[in-house]
Amino acid sequence: MTTSARSPKPLRKPSAPARVVGPRVFVPHRSPKRFYGHGIPGVDLAKLSGKLIVVEGADGSGRSTQIAKLVQWLEARGHATVQVGLKRSTLVAEELDQAQQGNILSRITLSLFYATDFADQLENVILPALKSGFMVLADRYIYTLMVRDMVRGMDEEWLKNLYGIALVPDAVFYLNVAPEELIQRNFAKNLALDFWESGMDLGLSRDMFDSFLNYQSLVEQQFKRLQSTYGFTIVDGHRLVDEISVELQKKIETVLEK
Amino acid sequence: MKTFAELDFPGRMVAVEGLDGSGKSTQIYLLKRWLELQGAKVFFSEWNSSTLVKDATSKGKKRELLTPTTFSLIHATDFADRYERQLVPLLRAGYLVLCDRYIFTAFARDTVRGCLPEWVRGNYSFAALPDLVFFFNAKLEVSLQRILDGRPELKYFEAGMDLNLSHDPYESFRIFQGRLLEQYLAMSTEFKFLVIDANQAVETQQSLVRQLVASRIDLSRFSNLKH
Repeated sequence: MTTSARSPKPLRKPSAPARVVGPRVFVPHRSPKRFYGHGIPGVDLAKLSGKLIVVEGADGSGRSTQIAKLVQWLEARGHATVQVGLKRSTLVAEELDQAQQGNILSRITLSLFYATDFADQLENVILPALKSGFMVLADRYIYTLMVRDMVRGMDEEWLKNLYGIALVPDAVFYLNVAPEELIQRNFAKNLALDFWESGMDLGLSRDMFDSFLNYQSLVEQQFKRLQSTYGFTIVDGHRLVDEISVELQKKIETVLEK
Repeated sequence: MKTFAELDFPGRMVAVEGLDGSGKSTQIYLLKRWLELQGAKVFFSEWNSSTLVKDATSKGKKRELLTPTTFSLIHATDFADRYERQLVPLLRAGYLVLCDRYIFTAFARDTVRGCLPEWVRGNYSFAALPDLVFFFNAKLEVSLQRILDGRPELKYFEAGMDLNLSHDPYESFRIFQGRLLEQYLAMSTEFKFLVIDANQAVETQQSLVRQLVASRIDLSRFSNLKH
């Protein structure tokens, strides 16, 4: 397994050189792991010595930028990292992408397809990497998948059972950015709004701009609702990149020492 | 979980389940012919026949990439696609839908592979139950012989090779099928399977199947013929 093979896109801008640190590398403490439900059959949780760190947030919330900075920071401190994200499995990523292009799958089908993609990465990347003591950085996790489905009226209990296979992360950050700001960032980045990120399949509005704002605030509401159950850290994503990064680093430091 | 009738669908579903070689496909084919000849609005649907997810499934199978969890999920995805796009619309349109295998195949198979039964059932809980389920109960040796006599090339997952039961595909297949049969029999009461003794003559079984269908489903409602 190479450490950066699964990183999807190159960094848009070179990050500032990492602060020089001494030669002594801190060995993270092992904390007990658990699954949300019954988990994956046959996994010995006691052997998972790495840490799973999740960054959640809408497109344009700064997820990839923050993950890239975390990788730099962790590697500078001597920790091996692996990155995972949605639609990156060997098994179904390609097919899932094709299916989405045509918007031909019904809701439950799409949901199970995403779950397959997630399970494949969980079993073939996340768990083996954690077993080898890697820091696994997840660009989105089950929460995005659950929120997207909940916004579309799917049963929460059904989703909880489905994702009972998921491992509870050591830290989850939700980069919270107001829909009005997200729309500006999406235009700056892509010059157009994405069909799915605008929730166009929901028929909220035929106007993509309105639909985007509506959809993103529905997503935000569901995330905040999930926050009470799953207890992730809500991070104010309106601030400067470095300011946010320092906040994440501080939280992760406590995770490593836990 | 409710049946399509209990959910007030105008259509009805009849499913057949059983081991490979139990003769269930022959029986459902003969049932279909009988219904068609009466001019009934019939649709026949096979497990694993949806085109969309097929590519991913066959890729996974070929490369032996699947674990019990992903095997279960990819088949659930495939089923959901067929359920949402084909079965539900047909049942809404008042068809008599015949299914060669339904969710019970997944329940049996995934449980044998080590998935938690409650998890698998939960994942499939979006699907309504058939109005009738026939289970073709043949002696294990008889089913095995029907399949193995032809010395077929058994596929990796079909033979249950992923379970490490035996290095010999044929031996692995035997053990695997035996375990599936146990799972089917354990589900039989819970899901009110109509158990047909599949060791009897084809005609004897078919006669029983047709009588049961005629007595449980008002076939006149499905007639296409103008009276």
